[in-house]
Amino acid sequence: MVQETILKDNEHESGLITKRVYFSGFIILLLILMIVSRVFYLTVLQHEHFTTLSKSNRVKITPIPPIRGLIYSRDGVVLAENKPTFSLEVIPEQIDDVDKLIDQLKGIISIEDSDINRFKKSLKKKRRFENVALRLNLNEEEVALFAVNRHRFSGVDVVAGLNRYYPLGEELVHTIGYVARIDEDDVKQLNASNYSGTTHIGKLGIEKSYESLLHGDVGYQQVEVNAQGRVIRVLERSAPKPGEDLHLTIDLSLQRIAIEALKNKRGAIVAMDPVNGNILTFVSSPGYDPNKFVNGIDSKSYKALLSSKDKPLINRITRGKYPPGSTIKPFLGLVALDNGVRKLNDESWCPGWFSLKGHEHRYRDWKKQGHGHTDLHKAITQSCDVYFYMLAHELGINRIYEGLSKFGLGKQTGIDIGGEAKGLLPSREWKREAIGQAWFPGETLIMGIGQGYALTTPLQLAKATASLANRGKIVRPRLVFKTSNSITNEVKALPVYAEDPITISNNTYWDNIIKSMRDVVHGVGGTAWRSGLNAKYEFAGKTGTAQVIGIAQDKEYKKDEIAEEFQDHALFIAFTPVEAPRIAVAIIVENGGGGSKTAAPIARKMFDQFMNSKGLISKG
Amino acid sequence: MEEQSLGQRLHIDFPLLFAIFVLCIIGLIVLYSAGGQDIDLVYRQAVKLLIALVVMIIVAQLPPAEINHWSVWLFVFGIILLVLVILYGDVGKGAQRWLDLKVFRFQPSELMKLTVPMMVASYLADKSLPPKFSWVLVVCVLIIIPVLLIAKQPDLGTALLVAIAGFSVLFIAGISWRLLAAMGVLVAASAPIVWYFMHDYQKQRVLTLLNPEQDPLGAGYHIIQSKIAIGSGGFYGKGWLNGTQSHLEFLPERSTDFIFAVFCEEFGMLGVLLLLCVYLFIISRGLYIAINAQHTYGRLLVSSLTLTFFVYIFVNMGMVTGQLPVVGIPLPLISHGGTSMVTLMIGFGIIMSIHTHRRFLSF
Repeated sequence: MVQETILKDNEHESGLITKRVYFSGFIILLLILMIVSRVFYLTVLQHEHFTTLSKSNRVKITPIPPIRGLIYSRDGVVLAENKPTFSLEVIPEQIDDVDKLIDQLKGIISIEDSDINRFKKSLKKKRRFENVALRLNLNEEEVALFAVNRHRFSGVDVVAGLNRYYPLGEELVHTIGYVARIDEDDVKQLNASNYSGTTHIGKLGIEKSYESLLHGDVGYQQVEVNAQGRVIRVLERSAPKPGEDLHLTIDLSLQRIAIEALKNKRGAIVAMDPVNGNILTFVSSPGYDPNKFVNGIDSKSYKALLSSKDKPLINRITRGKYPPGSTIKPFLGLVALDNGVRKLNDESWCPGWFSLKGHEHRYRDWKKQGHGHTDLHKAITQSCDVYFYMLAHELGINRIYEGLSKFGLGKQTGIDIGGEAKGLLPSREWKREAIGQAWFPGETLIMGIGQGYALTTPLQLAKATASLANRGKIVRPRLVFKTSNSITNEVKALPVYAEDPITISNNTYWDNIIKSMRDVVHGVGGTAWRSGLNAKYEFAGKTGTAQVIGIAQDKEYKKDEIAEEFQDHALFIAFTPVEAPRIAVAIIVENGGGGSKTAAPIARKMFDQFMNSKGLISKG
Repeated sequence: MEEQSLGQRLHIDFPLLFAIFVLCIIGLIVLYSAGGQDIDLVYRQAVKLLIALVVMIIVAQLPPAEINHWSVWLFVFGIILLVLVILYGDVGKGAQRWLDLKVFRFQPSELMKLTVPMMVASYLADKSLPPKFSWVLVVCVLIIIPVLLIAKQPDLGTALLVAIAGFSVLFIAGISWRLLAAMGVLVAASAPIVWYFMHDYQKQRVLTLLNPEQDPLGAGYHIIQSKIAIGSGGFYGKGWLNGTQSHLEFLPERSTDFIFAVFCEEFGMLGVLLLLCVYLFIISRGLYIAINAQHTYGRLLVSSLTLTFFVYIFVNMGMVTGQLPVVGIPLPLISHGGTSMVTLMIGFGIIMSIHTHRRFLSF
């Protein structure tokens, strides 16, 4: 019985399978009929159409790369443009013996080994019918020489192209960055057909972060070519869409004052408009010539840049990490008021040093004889260290961390170019994780004067200053404020990003701190009083002097080295007009000495220019 | 026991072998023309074909029971390899597909084209058909795991083919039409969800796939040129070695995925009809062997292998004639290349094994 049912099942099954197989066969026949009718349509019905196409043929499709968008300064000066150049290009499929061809060409035009290497590399990547560049940047003489000999070389041609050029060179290299030849890493990420005619891509700065806007969309043309592959005429053309032009927030006159001030010095100057986050000045000194990178810098020059003590390749504004020094004091003062740890009129006694209870170590004030009775206003205007040791001690590291992080210290600012360093705002948790130690009370003390683990980038300092000047409103800094299209003349304003504002328990604290900062410049005994002399307007600021390890590239903090290498960096943060600020600056001059002597006068020069040009100087 | 024929003893199905042989010859002839009359290229391809044929004959010697027995293990082995590819795979052309075995590089996803239908057939073979709902669920899981692993590499074309190979077994096994329709609806319904989770560049690729004319510098260029080649060939073709489109190097990938366009240009509609006849003969022979197989495993597996073979042909021809999106699938036994050929030949070896190991009992 059992066997019988299995047998029956088997029969039923094979019947079922057979039915399905027949059904599949039927579908297969239908689909093959579909292929046949399609081939019939193409070969018989459309035969004449395609024959004409194939005879007149030699129809080829070639990409037309879009023209890269230009970059302008705020006042319309061209900062990045496209200059015509000529290159010698080869169509691989028409060459039998590449090496022989190169040898023959060498007789006319100089071809370096590096050219040949690059040529052979890109030869492998491209399709056989696509042009590959053998020599770039032919001069006029070379173009003429080849033109005379052109009949000898089928499959070789001089092609005109555009080359990116930065007329202001190193003045804006840390802002704009540069484009360079597309490399293998780029190829993996980009849209291959949109870049099929493109040779360069943004590598750094604005050129990189705005690549998709600047590049535009590729066009193509159907061209008729002769048997050798030379274009006879264009049949159909779909124009490329040029990239958008960018308009920077940079104010060139201010930028130049800052560059001049940092000439032959190392340092960084950022100025930003607290209202909309527009970066007016963006200087990292020294700079370097971006034009050398566009078609590949030679390794000797590159090594020289890399090994230079001044580290010109590093963008100090976004990547340089400096202790904030005394510029941290107004922020800490505000945090202390907000937390109720200090009242405005609370006084501390400053004998010139401070010691923790039960410890012998003396934390010194910069003024040996001490400041005497000191309230918050005096502590800021005269930059009293002892007052802030005590204030920091009572606040404790947790509240300091919480209060300062509201100002964006230890965080990226979100500016519209990449590669920003985070800096470091230390906390108990950070130290336990990074160093594996508990937090020591002495470390809280030196936080009070912006020393120790704390590291900020100049850009962070500028953003924090703008937020303070704004009475808590935070705007993200930006370098591009609008784009325009050279074809449609359409102008698009880019949005201003406002972040969550800082709220404090009593809004008059803002004015208290800002008044103290004003008196740093204009008050009796203010540390930057010299810079405020004879000003036709008022500004607020805070000086700072920081001891550092140059640019701290290594994350590990080595206490011993600092003791040996005692260098002062000059810092100054400032803004103006005091009541309705339109410019906030952060200035750092490496090894510049005191902030009041070196950094503050630069701010004065910049503010003079700014206020004059804006007509903001009040009469009388 | 009936007297065994020569084919039975050698475990070779001569009609199938003959048709495969004819195809290979056609392939070499077209390759000579498409490859720019490079006799070395033809020679190398001939050596690869011979190796693949030897592999086929060796596989044909294995008894079907043995193949059935090994199906599960091969499947598990294949899955492990796929995981290894994702972890350690070589990156070729932006996708991790290759496993570097020092001696040679190996593409596990290719193996799955065989092991997935083998696994599914083996699973369903000892059950009574049509399959119950719960079995269908199990089969779906068996198929989806390797398909997802392959899709992650990412190799969507192969993932699709593996899925087709697996589901074709399910179809032949008699899955109810209602369930089939339900699965169809499910796939259609999940498409927008998948779309939602895709990256922008992935979406762009799918759109180009569906509408190549949108991308005249990439996929669209292939289609435009291949239509000119096919159409200008006419009914009788331009004659061997006379195809202008292919020889002037307008047609890209003319010796691999787009070799059918060269074939059409030189041999015309007439040639296409003859070529399709050879293909049809192989397919009908496969289906005949499937119906006459003695056990469910054989029936299911042979039908599935034959159907997948047809899918290759259909997708490639559909792509070259501009009816289907451009996915990189070669024309079986004609296109230049070694990897997929070996897989195909192993498949034919299995078909031959199943046909020639039948026992005829006289009661």
